[in-house]
Order: sequence, then structure tokens, then C-alpha cells
Amino acid sequence: MEVQYVVGVAVVAVLVGVPAFVLWRLVRGRRELGTSPAERATFETLHTASLAGPPLRAGLTAEGAEKASRHLRTLLGSSALAITDSERLLVYDGAGDHHAGEAFAHARATLKDGRTQVLDLDCPLLECPVRHAVVVPLTTDDRVVGTLAAYGPHASAGLVRAAQEVAGWVDSQLELAELDRSRTLLMEAEVRALRAQISPHFIYNSLTTIASFVRTDPERARELLLEFADFTRYSFRRHGEFTTLAEELRSIDRYLILERARFGDQLQVTLRIAPEVLPVAVPFLCLQPLVENAVRHGLESKDGVGRITIIAEDAGAECGISVEDDGLGMDPDRLRRILAGEITPAGGVGLANVDERLRQVYGDEYGLVVETAPGAGTKVNVRLPKYHPGVSAR
Amino acid sequence: MSLTAVLIVVLAAVLIGAFGIRVSRTTSDFYVASRTVSPLWNASAIGGEYLSAASFLGVAGLILSFGADMLWLPVGWTGGYLVLLVLVSAPLRRSGAYTLPDFAEARLESMTVRRTASGLVVLIGWLYLMPQFQSAGLVLREITGAPPWAGGLLVAVVVAVNVLSGGMRSITFVQAFQYWLKLTALAVPLVFLLMAWKADGAPAISPQDAAAWQAPLGGGREYGLYSTYSLILATFLGTMGLPHVLVRFYTNPDGRAARRTTLVVLTLLGAFYLLPALYGWLGRLYVPDLARTDAVVLTLPGRMVGGTLGDLLTALVTAGAFAAFLSTSSGLTVSVAGVLAQDLLRGGVRSFRIATVLAVVVPLTLALWARELPVADVVGLAFAVAASSFCPLLVLGIWWRRLSTTGALAGLFVGGGLACAAVLVTIVGGPHEGLANALLAQPAAWTVPIAFTVMITVSFVTPHRVPAGVARTMVRLHTPEDLNLDRGDWRPRSS
Repeated sequence: MEVQYVVGVAVVAVLVGVPAFVLWRLVRGRRELGTSPAERATFETLHTASLAGPPLRAGLTAEGAEKASRHLRTLLGSSALAITDSERLLVYDGAGDHHAGEAFAHARATLKDGRTQVLDLDCPLLECPVRHAVVVPLTTDDRVVGTLAAYGPHASAGLVRAAQEVAGWVDSQLELAELDRSRTLLMEAEVRALRAQISPHFIYNSLTTIASFVRTDPERARELLLEFADFTRYSFRRHGEFTTLAEELRSIDRYLILERARFGDQLQVTLRIAPEVLPVAVPFLCLQPLVENAVRHGLESKDGVGRITIIAEDAGAECGISVEDDGLGMDPDRLRRILAGEITPAGGVGLANVDERLRQVYGDEYGLVVETAPGAGTKVNVRLPKYHPGVSAR
Repeated sequence: MSLTAVLIVVLAAVLIGAFGIRVSRTTSDFYVASRTVSPLWNASAIGGEYLSAASFLGVAGLILSFGADMLWLPVGWTGGYLVLLVLVSAPLRRSGAYTLPDFAEARLESMTVRRTASGLVVLIGWLYLMPQFQSAGLVLREITGAPPWAGGLLVAVVVAVNVLSGGMRSITFVQAFQYWLKLTALAVPLVFLLMAWKADGAPAISPQDAAAWQAPLGGGREYGLYSTYSLILATFLGTMGLPHVLVRFYTNPDGRAARRTTLVVLTLLGAFYLLPALYGWLGRLYVPDLARTDAVVLTLPGRMVGGTLGDLLTALVTAGAFAAFLSTSSGLTVSVAGVLAQDLLRGGVRSFRIATVLAVVVPLTLALWARELPVADVVGLAFAVAASSFCPLLVLGIWWRRLSTTGALAGLFVGGGLACAAVLVTIVGGPHEGLANALLAQPAAWTVPIAFTVMITVSFVTPHRVPAGVARTMVRLHTPEDLNLDRGDWRPRSS
């Protein structure tokens, strides 16, 4: 019975203690904001600006403007504030809501010529603090993309100056947003450009192999030609950046059938695939170059039998794939430079390409891990998360 | 002999965990390798992970003590898959999520919701692991007279070693085998028990039992009607929130296969749960005076058959029970440790090790300190927490496009929080008096409606917090995979 009380007390202590600790940290964080009033004012201004920044990083949108407007108004110290883009009012925040309807009309002149305007408003309501408006343009690349208007009882030179400074600050945030957007577009374009590069050598070699069977074994030649057709249909498909591991392995199987027709018993392949990981979504053609690489290194550049081992294992929330050959291996330094894109090896950019794409999609911790040394074969390891936001095979 | 059986099961578990099942295949039978796991195998594996100590030992014990009302436990534990089949399985598979936090992130596009879901997964996992360790202690005491903590410690250590030595691999065939082992371990002794009962002149149940024990709401529990409805709600809606079961659905290649698998699971569980009910009934006939009713399944073969055959059957049942503890505990530990390492610690191998130890030590401590409750009741509490947190999240997330991030968070916190509080009070404090006891011991009947209400109301109040990509997500969740339509392209996460 006593034990139960002890546990009960412990549970209550945790339930009360953790929120109390968090609250204490928050309060203490506030107090550390400097001592003198000037210091505190500086910190507070900077803090307000930093709060207004993130919502604007998505560009000039109604949602972002709405979130930022409250903080911008604090920065300006005006009664009300309006933000427009070039077509409509995005947000009107503060006193005198009845002016919201005409706010876009106030901005029109500034939108046209990009100059700061100071307007006198006649408002029939006596208690309304909105008497004057200062409208400043928001620009990116010297182009007027919107306006920021500060409303208040007076239009002092100070308010005009402050509005222009704030607008300048907003401009820089919008430029950052533009930068973010173009970086995103660049990444998408890169992923698209990087996908699907099957080697011309393989096409040539396969066709000559098939040609050699046409007279001696027409039935085999026909089968191989069909495999080749299926392989190319998969490799040249247009839609989707992702596929399932099952599909990818099926394509690799076709590839290996064609290569074995060419090399005969000299090529030995072992596969160990855990069926649990077959539905995992993988970047389109991300394993094919690794297998192609293994065939080339394990076989073409040495005599005798070449062995290739492909393993796909289940590892909790990830799946581990490795492609291994017993060929000549590689100098680790040279490999590092290939992966860094400093040198382009003859016969394709397979490894570097796959590495780049995996990093783009899953982040830097999911790049290729290669174990190799001259004369010791090569083993390429890939880890793929079973779930990653936005990644889906269909 | 029973001890030998336990040791064999434990040894087999360690060996399989350490070496895995390494099957090499050459290219000639590659198409066999690339064939995905069939619904029957998958369903057997789900059954293998799902049937825990509560199903194997607990149900029969509760039926022995409280009669017909307790039949709702196996019915609910099976029926939960019906709800899962109709509402959740296919859309969940199509979402591409591996764990419940993955689904929360995919649907609500919020890391806060994801972390909250992770916290709940860990809590539910701990709550589910605790009774497994407790009943391992009970079984070991039953067969060797060891102190109650010994069995729990044994299972905890085996599971931890197993998971740490690379047992993260979920090997479908091993888990599927566990289901058939558990089914055999209950079914074979039952055949002999029924033969013994027949040879005994097929005695019927006593008249007063026929009037009370066998009749609905006659089992003598206070507030029986409330408890029954609460139990039905918890089990039917809680199944979909069990972390170790849901990860298995990922193995299905598509939504259709996920539905088929669920259907097969329903059949397999339906077949299995016939057995504990019969054990409970035989127990009422032959050992109505049993002190620890959870042990009825272990006691019956010795009492009714006796001799060497009785020993053999007891050994078989004991082995089955240990297989149940080990498989369910391993599955839960892997799920809990994975979520802990990925979302609440920093990720990576080191985190996973720490997380594994945490995942085992916390419920083991709970199991040693908490008051002794019937195992099936404690598992029922885990279901209640799942039903009042993940059920609203999944059902509304899949079927209601106006669910907002704030709404989901509020629902998870209020529903999960209330249910957890009730569970803590029950485990640590109880037993309480009268209605309070019923409300706290079976919280689902009030926490589930509260969770749904909070989630819906808050979502209505915060329409601007509906995730931006909801239309696209809904298309992805609800259209069959073979329909060729635009499901959206991959976009890098903007910084």
C-alpha cells in the first residue's frame, strides 16, 4: 500500500513538475532581456522584427501578411496598417475597420508610380483615430509588388521615415522568399534532370548480344528482345519521380537477364530480398546504376567469374539495401572525388548521380556509403526511410 | 518439463533474433523473391503479434470469474478489425505511412501533431507491455515457484537483447509461425480436455451458475451495463491505435491487399478466440475455486488429464504462453523504441539503443510496482487510451476534410490525457468505490465521445488551421492505386 502512495506521489510530481519547469524557463528567458531601458527597447524591436519575418518568407500572401501585420504595426506604432499586393488588399489590421474597404484605393497611386504618398482622409466618425495615411511601396527587383500603408491621427515625418524603413525591411524578407522559391524550383529541376539515364553502352551491347542469338537460337532471341522492350519501357517512362522497390528490382532482374545472356556463366548473381520492404517507395532508377556499376567493375575489367550480391533488408523504420561485387575495387580517394563531382569517370555518372538524388530527396544523412579498396571489391550501401513526407510511389 | 519448454521457446527466440532467417536466392527464382507477402501470411503475422498474454491467459480467467459478459473481450478484440477494415486499413496503407506518427504528419502536415502522436504511441506501448511482463511472472511462478518478478525480468531481458542485437527486422514468416504455434498450443490440449470431459460423463454447469454466471450481466460486477458498453467501445475502436499492429499493414503492397489482410485477420482471430472461451467454461466446471484466475489455462491440463500426458500438455500451453509474451513484447518494444529514437531522441543507432532500454525498463518497473490486476483488464486500459486518442485522429483524419491541426492536437491531448489519467489512477491508486471505480476502470465510454467532440468542435472554431494540402491528401487516401490520376509531385521541403 505504501508503495502505491510513493508511486502516486511520483506521478503527481512529474505531472506538476514538468509544466512548472517549462513555465519557469519561459519567465526566466524574459527576464534576461537586458537591464537598461535602451537595451530592452533594442531587444524588443529586434524581437518583434524577428517575429514578423517568418510569415513573410512564404512571399506576399494573405495568410503571411495577416500573421506579420500585427508585429509590423507594433514596429511602426501606428493606429492601423494595411498591406496590399498589386491586385487586392491582403490585410487591414488595427483601428478603424470601416477604412478597410477603401484601403486598396489608397494604394492605387503608389502601385502605379512607386512613390510614397501621404493622404488626408476625411472620416465622418469623430472618435476614429485614422485621419492620415502613409502609403509606401514594396518592391522586389525594382518592381512594385505591393504597398504598405500606415494609418494614424498624424502624418509626421517620423512616421513616413519609419514606414519607409519597415517597407525596406519587408522588401528584404520578400527577396529572401523569392530566393527560397527559386531554390525549391532548382532542386525540383535538378531531380528531374538527374533521373533516368540508362547507359547507351548497355543498349548497344544488349542489341548486339540479341543479334548473335537470332540465327542460332531464335526463340531465345525473341525472349531477350521482349525483356529488352520491357526494360526500356520502364526506364523511359515519364510520370512520377518514385516507384516501389518491387518494381525497381523487377527492372534490375530484366537488366541482369540481358547481361547474363551476354556473359553466360561468368556472371553469378545472388539476391536476398526481404519481402517486407518490397512496397517501400524509392526514387525512380536509383538502384539500377548501382547494379550496372557492379557488373562493370565486377566483370568487365577482370578475368574469371564475377559475383554480385544484392541484399535488401528490413531495419525498423528504414530499409537497408546493398549492392556488392568482387571485382577490382577502387581507390577510396578517387571515389570520394567522383562522389563530390570533381571528376567524371568514363562511362557514366552513375554513383554520383544516385548519391545526389538521394541527398536531395531524403536529406544529407541518406547518401551512399561505399566500402571499397583496390583489389577488394566494392560494396555500396543505401538506406531508405519507409516513410518520408511527400514521397509516394504512386 | 514445463520449464524445459519455456527454455526452448526462449532459446529459439534468441537464436532467431541473433541470426535472423537468412535465405539466399539466386536469380533463377527471382520472381519468387519479388513476390510481395500474401494476405494470409501477413494476417498470420498480425495475429502472431496481436495475440498477447491477455488473449492467451487473461480472457479464459476473466470468463471463469465473471461469466458471459467477458465474452465481449474476445468479441471486441476481433471486432476491432472490422472497424479497421471498414474505416481505416486501405486509406492508411495508401497514405504511405509506416507508423501512426507518420500518418499524423502526412495528414496534418504538422510536426507538433507528429510529436504528440509519438508520445501517445510510447504511452500505449508501455501500458500494453506492462501486463505482458506481469503475466510472465505469473506463469513462471506457476511452474517453478520463482518470485513474481523473475518471469517479467526474463522476458524483458530476452526481448531487450533480441531487439538490440538487430531484431529490428520484422520477419513476417517468424511472426506468422507464432500465430500457428499459439493456436496449436491452445487447441491440442483443448481436444484432450474435451475428451476428458466426455469421459467424465459430460457434466453440465451447476444450476445457480446457469442462472447467474452464464446469463448476461449476471457475473456480479457492479455497474455491469456501463462497463460492458465501455468495454465494447474501447475494444472496437482501440484496435486501430495499436502501434505494433499498424506497422504490419505497411507490408501490404496496396490498399486492396490491406483490406484483404484485415479480412483474413478477422477469420484467424475469430477461430482463435473460440478456444479461451471454452477454457473459461471448463475452468468454471473443474476449478471454480482458483485464486489466480489468469492461470486457469495452465492449471486445467494438470487437473483434468493428469499423468505424463497432463505434464506434456501443460508444457505445450506454457510454451505457447511464453511465445505470446515474447512475440507481442518484441513487436511492441520495436515500435516503441523506434518512435522514441526517431521522434523524441535524436535518431541514429545510439538513440535506438537507449530507446530500447527505456522501452523495456519503464513497463518492467510499472509491472513490479503496480497493483496486481487481471491481465486482460490492463490490456483493456491500453485499448481505452488508444480508442480515445488515435481512433478520433484516424477516423476524422481519413473521413473528414475539415479536421484542423489545432483540433487534432486538442483532441489528442484531451482524449488521451483523460484516458491516461483514469488509467494511472486505476493502476496505482485503486480499487475505488462504486461508480467512480466503474468510470475509472472502464473510461472509454466517456473519454471517446469527449475526444471526438473536442476534435470536431475545435476544428470548427479554427478553420484557418486546416492543412493546406488536404485535398491532395484526400485524393491519395481514397483513390485506388491503379487509377491513373494526378496525386501530386514530390517537392522539397521548403526551409
